[in-house]
Amino acid sequence: MSIIKKTILYILLTVAALSFIYPFFWMIMASLSPEAEIGSLVFFPSRITFSNYISMVSKIPIGRALFNSLLVSGINTGVALVFSSMVGYALSRMEFKGRNLIFMIIIFTMTLPFQITLIPNYIIMVKLRWVDSYLSLTVPFLINTFGILMFRQAFKGLPQALIDAARIDGCGDLRIIFTILWPNIKPTIVTVGILAFMGSWNEVLWPLIVIRDEQLMTLPQLVTLFAVGGRAESQIGVKLASAVFLATPIIVAYLFFQKHFIQSMASTGLKE
Amino acid sequence: MVSPYLIHLFVFIAFPVIFSLLLTFNQWNIIGPMEWVGFGNWKRVFADRLFWTAIFNTLIFLAIHIPLQIIVALALAEFLNQNIKFKGFFRAAFFMPVVVSGVVVTMLWQQMFNYENGVLNRLLISLGLGKVGWLIDPDVAMASIAIMATWKNIGLYVILFLVGLQTVPKQYYEAADMEGASHWQKFIKITVPMINPTIFMVFILSTIGGFSLFIEPYVLTGGGPLNSTLSAVLYIYKQAFEYYHMGYSATLGVFFAFLIVMVVILQKKFIERDVS
Repeated sequence: MSIIKKTILYILLTVAALSFIYPFFWMIMASLSPEAEIGSLVFFPSRITFSNYISMVSKIPIGRALFNSLLVSGINTGVALVFSSMVGYALSRMEFKGRNLIFMIIIFTMTLPFQITLIPNYIIMVKLRWVDSYLSLTVPFLINTFGILMFRQAFKGLPQALIDAARIDGCGDLRIIFTILWPNIKPTIVTVGILAFMGSWNEVLWPLIVIRDEQLMTLPQLVTLFAVGGRAESQIGVKLASAVFLATPIIVAYLFFQKHFIQSMASTGLKE
Repeated sequence: MVSPYLIHLFVFIAFPVIFSLLLTFNQWNIIGPMEWVGFGNWKRVFADRLFWTAIFNTLIFLAIHIPLQIIVALALAEFLNQNIKFKGFFRAAFFMPVVVSGVVVTMLWQQMFNYENGVLNRLLISLGLGKVGWLIDPDVAMASIAIMATWKNIGLYVILFLVGLQTVPKQYYEAADMEGASHWQKFIKITVPMINPTIFMVFILSTIGGFSLFIEPYVLTGGGPLNSTLSAVLYIYKQAFEYYHMGYSATLGVFFAFLIVMVVILQKKFIERDVS
């Protein structure tokens, strides 16, 4: 490649990269500037102030929402890992009637648009009296169909001798899965874990439907309602502070485990 | 072993699907008793101008979002696939919006799109151009949302295309070099046909994703101005949780789900025909 072509390439890539990074930078700076300066902010405010964050904490129970989100996402991820492993193991390593049927059903339900089950699932929550309870945020998400397929694939690739040896030692199926097989499929666990956690952490539509009590709201839900509701009194800085607060944990995790994040997310497309 | 799955399947998928179908023949505000209305809801779907507007808006969104996403993602992936430095940095930057919640992205772009003093309009003015009513002009608002959605998702598709590009055998390019083919010729004649499967996959993934458009218009515009950004899912949500028309909302949901499945099947048909 000629020098000119290469220079153009770098310029294009840099412009593209800046267009992805600058808005985040602007948002952080805006959340740290005095309200009057946000309208003209380009790079840095004349002085850094934390007043938007202080005002945010006094207006909405954001600490509680962070706790709720961590709790809900943590439970959903942990249980989804356990259950998907069990189902994936059964589908790949156990012989039983209806195994193929179940596998077909899993594939079929993955193609089912969520719009069809949204309203009835809300009604189930109402009838079970799970509206405004952690149960509605966790129980429907304890099964992760994509996770099942990932674990099925991973278990399929392991040698049968591993399982046979454990059986001779008297291990049951559950012990085989979690103490013998799990250490051999760490990348799959990381992938399913990241996807389940991100899916749960970023979910907004469902919490908006089933949670009305402010003390039980998840972080993205609280921030959404803060953004569209009147409580920020149209102060942009405070709204942006809550957005930064919501984005920070996942961006920090992303910067540390970038490779895992990218690989996990890409696997959702490549498995199609 | 599979019992957790089966319980979940019956309670949260099979039962809701059946219940959904049942609801489409009833009127229900969730508090009072259900009232059988026969095909009343279904007739209403076809007469509901606002719902068809919402479907039309969603299709407009897809018509802008999908081509934009495929072209820009493919271009960026092709750039990254060259022999360049800082590859990891660029990739990480493009991917950043993918991991962030849609709410954050939407709130951020609400400020970027602001008519009076948003960064985009200030940039346009400093370039000597006029302001654009990104979110307040009914003709532009859906396009703005499509641009924003593309910005959010594109990193994922850049990665998928990169994986696809790396599967193209090097010999093909070497052979083309011998014949003196230009970069552009090689890209159109070799790269694009070779990664067709990836392009189709991205096409279908963004169609399915695009049909579920909700949080962006919900936060950004509430469906306005003049219902120009009212998406189908947003309308279904409003029917259920603002007006409490559970039966009607379920009918819309079933109808829309059916529509999505049809569109995806049609796309797959066309693609398979094209490939063979």
